Amino acid sequence: MFAASFVYLFFAVCAWRAGFVSLNGTAAWLDTSAEVGIVALAVGLLMIAGEFDLSIGSVIGATSILFAIGTNHYQMNPWIMLAMCFALGAVTGLVNGAITVKTRLPSFIVTLATNYALIGAALGFSRLLTNTTSSSIQTTPGVELLFGSQWGQANVAVLWWLALTVVATIVLWRTPFGNWVYATGGNESAARGAGVPTGFVKIVLFIVTSLTATLLGVIQAVEFHSGNAANGQGYVFEAPIVAVIGGVLLGGGYGSPLGVFFGSIIFGVITVGIFYAGWNTDWLMLFLGALLLAAVLANSYFRRLALSEG
Amino acid sequence: MTQSDPILQLIGVSKIFAGTQALRNVTISVRPGAVLCLLGDNGAGKSTLIKILSGVHPPSAGAMLVDGVETRFSSPREARAKGVATVHQDVGAIPLMSVTRNFFLGAEPTRGWGPFRLFDSSAAAVAALAAIREFGLTRVTDGEQLVGTLSGGERQALSIARAMYFGARVLILDEPTSALGVKEAAKVLSLVKAARTRGIGIVFITHNARHAMAIGDDFVVLNQGAVAASFRRGEKTREEVLDLMAGGDGSEPRPDLEDDA
Repeated sequence: MFAASFVYLFFAVCAWRAGFVSLNGTAAWLDTSAEVGIVALAVGLLMIAGEFDLSIGSVIGATSILFAIGTNHYQMNPWIMLAMCFALGAVTGLVNGAITVKTRLPSFIVTLATNYALIGAALGFSRLLTNTTSSSIQTTPGVELLFGSQWGQANVAVLWWLALTVVATIVLWRTPFGNWVYATGGNESAARGAGVPTGFVKIVLFIVTSLTATLLGVIQAVEFHSGNAANGQGYVFEAPIVAVIGGVLLGGGYGSPLGVFFGSIIFGVITVGIFYAGWNTDWLMLFLGALLLAAVLANSYFRRLALSEG
Repeated sequence: MTQSDPILQLIGVSKIFAGTQALRNVTISVRPGAVLCLLGDNGAGKSTLIKILSGVHPPSAGAMLVDGVETRFSSPREARAKGVATVHQDVGAIPLMSVTRNFFLGAEPTRGWGPFRLFDSSAAAVAALAAIREFGLTRVTDGEQLVGTLSGGERQALSIARAMYFGARVLILDEPTSALGVKEAAKVLSLVKAARTRGIGIVFITHNARHAMAIGDDFVVLNQGAVAASFRRGEKTREEVLDLMAGGDGSEPRPDLEDDA
């Protein structure tokens, strides 16, 4: 939270004249924060439980193109396509989770594989069916309202982001399932010994992660009025970066939705702030890299501090 | 049934893993309010025996009796439900979680109804703190304290208090003192005594003859998967026990063997 205010103030000063602190500027960074925040939240939960998901990028792209092709080329009802998109997301999560839990392979590799397989399938099928890998979409007012509402520059994604953060916070802190998530990542064999169904916990979180990626895919499709199979690959690493900046431990067992929320704010402020400050956006990666390194060091320092006998 | 009838018995139990005989015809019995010390060198079959008692593996041959009734545990969860709890040395606690959350892990008390059932953290904290205080863990006054800040002995106290809170009648303690310093080990031994006074049957697994002699009522020495000796408190000297653990017949004390306390 301190870091988030600091980064905000930094860009507020540097990009004051360009209108970073204006209504539009604020809406711009909120949009960016919200979109990465939606997936980073779920990736963060998964990381707390000790697993990774790199397949979110392809889920975003695949569901956006599925929605576009279905509504535009086949004139399907947008609500039905919406259900199909979320079904695709859920199945992807289930496959990721089932393979990871059954084979005990690192989820890093499993989801890297599904990320490639899914983007390949999305590109291949959309080329086969429509001879292109991007397509415009058709919606209904109801779908527009849920996933495409805008107030000035601010996107409905901001509301989804806030709502999901609240839900995730309640689940993690106030339900038995939340306790199991921390235990699964903190010490899996101890958790299993205490009767926690760790495999179930992981599979649920993989499905939730894919569903948030689907949500983001649909939001972006409706926002830009088009779907693109190649969309979303940037989030593959941005989401875990945001989670780590938000205080989630790489090794699992520790982190909070509120932390990831502030991590997302930092990400949005930097991304949009650099643009508003008029600097070359090539510097963004350098900023993020430095920040990630600082965050990892700080996290491991606080972890040691918290565990020292006192 | 009288109070001193065994709670848990193994009769003629053998275990074979892929052609290797890990246990051969082992008979032990755990009495309420008594400490059964299971002694043996590394590889003597102690861990296999723990796994059978705690429901991880079924025996290949022989019978397990709970309250005199033949029983088969299909899982550690079932063993716990029948009152047989195992406290492992390292894997019992999750360092980055609070005392309260560790205490109720897998059995979280909830408030509310249906899908809106929430973890009742304030009631959980009160119950957990009261339970660990009974076992002398008075240093912890905030249920939110992370378990990683506790010492090895304090974690043992937490695990034992937890097992007893959830209704354990038999406590299996796997090498509870081996990784601890002298002071901490003494604390754990007094914990075991406290549990014994409450009528709990305790299986105390160790390769430390000194700790065993300090606490044990019944003794079983394992050697190469078989019971090398079985005796009551005061029937053998420490030298004889050490000799048995090293594979001798216990008849000749061997002063050259030093215990590793």
